[in-house]
Amino acid sequence: MSYIAKPKVHHPALKPNAIGLTRRDYEGAITTLCAGCGHDSITAAIIQAFWELDIEPYKVAKLSGIGCSSKTPAYFLREAHGFNSVHGRMPSISTGAGAANGDLIMIGVSGDGDSLSIGLGQLSHAIRRNVNLLYVLENNGVYGLTKGQFSASADPGSTSKKGETNTMAAIDSVLLALTLGATFVARSFSGDKEQLVPILKAGLKHSGFAFIDVISPCVTFNDHEGSTKAYAYTREHQIPIVQADYVPHRDEITTAYDPGAVQTVTLHDGSSVNLRKIAEDYDPTDRDRAYSFIRDHQARGEVCTGLLYIDPTSSDMMEQNDVVPAPLYNLPYENLCPGSTELEKLQARYR
Amino acid sequence: MKCKITPQNMPKLVISAFLLQHLHFVIRQNRFMRRTDVGDPDYFHKVVDCQWACPAHTNVPEYIRLIAQGRFDDAYIVNRNSNVFPGILGRTCDRPCEPACRRTRVDGKAVAICRLKRVAADHKSDISDRIPKAPQQKNGKKIALIGAGPASLTVANDLMPLGYDVTLFEKGPQPGGLMRINIPAFRLPEEVLDEEIGYILDMGVDARFNTPVESLKEVLDSKEYDAVFVGTGAPKGKELILPGRYDTDQIFIGIEWLESIHFGHINSIGKRVLIIGVGNTAMDCCRSSKRLGAEDVKVVARKTRKYFKASPWELEDAEEEQVEILENLSPVRFVLEDGKLVGLEFDKFTSEEINGKLVQEPAGRVTLDCDSVILAIGQENSFPFIEREIGLEFDKWDMPVVDKTTFMSTREGVFFGGDSAFGPANIIWAVEQGHQAAISIHQYCQGVPIDQRPPKGMTLANTKMGLHEWAYSNDYDPSKRQKMIHIDLPTRFSNMTVEVEKGFTDEQTRAEVQRCLNCDIQTAFTDSACIECDACIDICPVDCLTMTPNAEEPELRQHLKAPAEQLDQALFVSGPLKQTGRVMVKDENICLHCGLCAERCPTFAWDMKRFVLHLPHAGAPAPVGTVREALGA
Repeated sequence: MSYIAKPKVHHPALKPNAIGLTRRDYEGAITTLCAGCGHDSITAAIIQAFWELDIEPYKVAKLSGIGCSSKTPAYFLREAHGFNSVHGRMPSISTGAGAANGDLIMIGVSGDGDSLSIGLGQLSHAIRRNVNLLYVLENNGVYGLTKGQFSASADPGSTSKKGETNTMAAIDSVLLALTLGATFVARSFSGDKEQLVPILKAGLKHSGFAFIDVISPCVTFNDHEGSTKAYAYTREHQIPIVQADYVPHRDEITTAYDPGAVQTVTLHDGSSVNLRKIAEDYDPTDRDRAYSFIRDHQARGEVCTGLLYIDPTSSDMMEQNDVVPAPLYNLPYENLCPGSTELEKLQARYR
Repeated sequence: MKCKITPQNMPKLVISAFLLQHLHFVIRQNRFMRRTDVGDPDYFHKVVDCQWACPAHTNVPEYIRLIAQGRFDDAYIVNRNSNVFPGILGRTCDRPCEPACRRTRVDGKAVAICRLKRVAADHKSDISDRIPKAPQQKNGKKIALIGAGPASLTVANDLMPLGYDVTLFEKGPQPGGLMRINIPAFRLPEEVLDEEIGYILDMGVDARFNTPVESLKEVLDSKEYDAVFVGTGAPKGKELILPGRYDTDQIFIGIEWLESIHFGHINSIGKRVLIIGVGNTAMDCCRSSKRLGAEDVKVVARKTRKYFKASPWELEDAEEEQVEILENLSPVRFVLEDGKLVGLEFDKFTSEEINGKLVQEPAGRVTLDCDSVILAIGQENSFPFIEREIGLEFDKWDMPVVDKTTFMSTREGVFFGGDSAFGPANIIWAVEQGHQAAISIHQYCQGVPIDQRPPKGMTLANTKMGLHEWAYSNDYDPSKRQKMIHIDLPTRFSNMTVEVEKGFTDEQTRAEVQRCLNCDIQTAFTDSACIECDACIDICPVDCLTMTPNAEEPELRQHLKAPAEQLDQALFVSGPLKQTGRVMVKDENICLHCGLCAERCPTFAWDMKRFVLHLPHAGAPAPVGTVREALGA
């Protein structure tokens, strides 16, 4: 951490977005993470994405659990709502928050420990329910906050900072999400904002659970030779498969692409995502082929990145359960609480 | 083309392949920006905008930090080493540093550099034991200085400690030149002049006042001096010959008039005064008029305000004293009634900016009533004492031909500096030219070719004191520029010598020093240590940094996190980075030097280092070899 706050002055050329806010207005408190942490880069990408989408910060809820990653919501969107939950329980809190206020734009930030160990069950059910949430898993393969033990995403054969080798199999969050039926699955790298920011934007606009695993090197405990989550390793082994370009519906599509190389999917709100495929034989709307493609490359030690799978027909938890779409705080009191006679009638039905 | 590989041609093929690759590399190098050479003292020097803009390259951030620590003596000495007259310049400098100040580009107002200089001078204790002394043992060389203005005094300041015998000839009764007789005492008190000039003369200069040099030939023919320095300034005010010019005694030449006030020859002026011209001398004239009892004072300009030669703050100070400044008027004739000056007739113009150029059209005539007129339309050089046949060449404008680097004329051993070398400029230029001429004179007397200029040096020192502690105050202070407090109007008009500016209060000084961005604390980058984690880019409050594929400069400037449109501000470009081959680019333009890039860097690829520029002075070359050491090489 630093002793001084980031000065408020900014570059004179810093532009406001459509609602008159500059990128700096989307910042939060100064980070307390280690210098060079991948999480801070992801925070910067999140700030950029919200700014580019012209989202009012007060419409956003930031949710997290426990861990280095879960501290980061304090570092962006200082005017947004936030809830720092119990370890691994962020998906439940999000489910409740989303049910109570369908207007909230929710972003959940978690780590590999929070999501793949203590909170794995929570994550699975949030995917299954298709909660309308952008879920960012900041994946560094290590428990940084407790000084560098292997996490559930540490690859077998990779070594700790002290040289110990990991022997257990890794849980790959992307394959897991695909298996569980996630409707938006992406993987990116904290050191590649050009790829990450458009994915975050598409994820925010996706109706349902948008899962993004971001490889986010831990500079303090997992950025050495022998690590498979280091800056250098990721740069060497990363293969971008699909570049997603988010297109707001008000913009005319003017970019020319080679036919066949681009697949356009339209989202619920009319905006769209252009998927530029770098691997020709890849189809980001085919779940089974996506799964095998990613697994095949993994076997060769390659890390596929990009917006790997999207189901544009996805309907989220609220739609599936026919929950009233308006925020509960907006409902008239008599609808929210119909009174004791109505309660008795209801109870009578179960007698 | 295909080529069969055989054991015979193998070595040739290998060499060809190597050469091709090398050629490719060379071509690529030319298309991209080169790695910035921070070992060249000019690179980091240019980042310190104020120091770069100062003709004498005063180390501004350093003295401001010293003031912040209450070390006024040290701050004064840092100043004196480069600009010789901190107290004088702290009141009268034309401040080329302030328009250059980075703070202007950050919050619109420069740090009050000049007035902080005065703070150091006003608050220092007795520093006389820190002024260089002349050695007991003289070096046997004798130098003549003609004129006792800032240029000559600087030469004396630099040469006396080296053992020279310096003789100073001055036609007037006191030293100081223009600083004393043309700058009114309400801007520059006499005590300040006496003190700072005293430091130099007290080294043992043989100062001969009331001793004008009538003939340079005589001085040279006497063979008494090993070198002669001419620092006679530009002492002649320009004339304006119009009908009626010589029919009244109420038309004055600005600098002569100011001189007469100084010597007490003039102590009154008409009630209505017109000043022709709008330079800094005009400002001194109009403000002096107010103190001599004039009630209606107007300054008349040919062009519009944008083109005025006077510094903006001098214009403001005059307007504060109820002086009216009129534009678009050009004088045609003096109007006299019964031999008495009653007005001045002008051509009027309309003004319009077309494509950045001022276009003026005639718009009739107007007569302004007046009792006195002061002409302040410029100064000229005058060398009546220099014979034209002594091998000292003059150009078509009747100016001596002087080398711009060595300041020597075409007659060997005769040097010029200050206004007498290249026409009217400011005190700070005279000081710098004095320093350079002193280097030349020293080398000339020691038999070293004078065109071999001693090189500059630099040091870079660590400022890291702890994990997040630096040896300077790195936090950005949003305070606004402090406004100088002026003495009230009735008091100033009552007396010619009451100083208008009161100087900063302690509170003002404390606030103002924190506005300095410490531009000399440089962001130093080590390519090989960078792991491209983006931490520095994300934390930078002013979007200075970008990692990007290298390109040619114009293209690169457009592809940075914030476009680098200030073309006179350099881009720092690293070598190719290890992991991706991209380069780290820093736009120096509005870097706050807050050090956050270095604080957030996990590998110390960024570090904050204090840059000190070492300037050579006569007999004191800059430390050699410091550049390599500075870079840890």
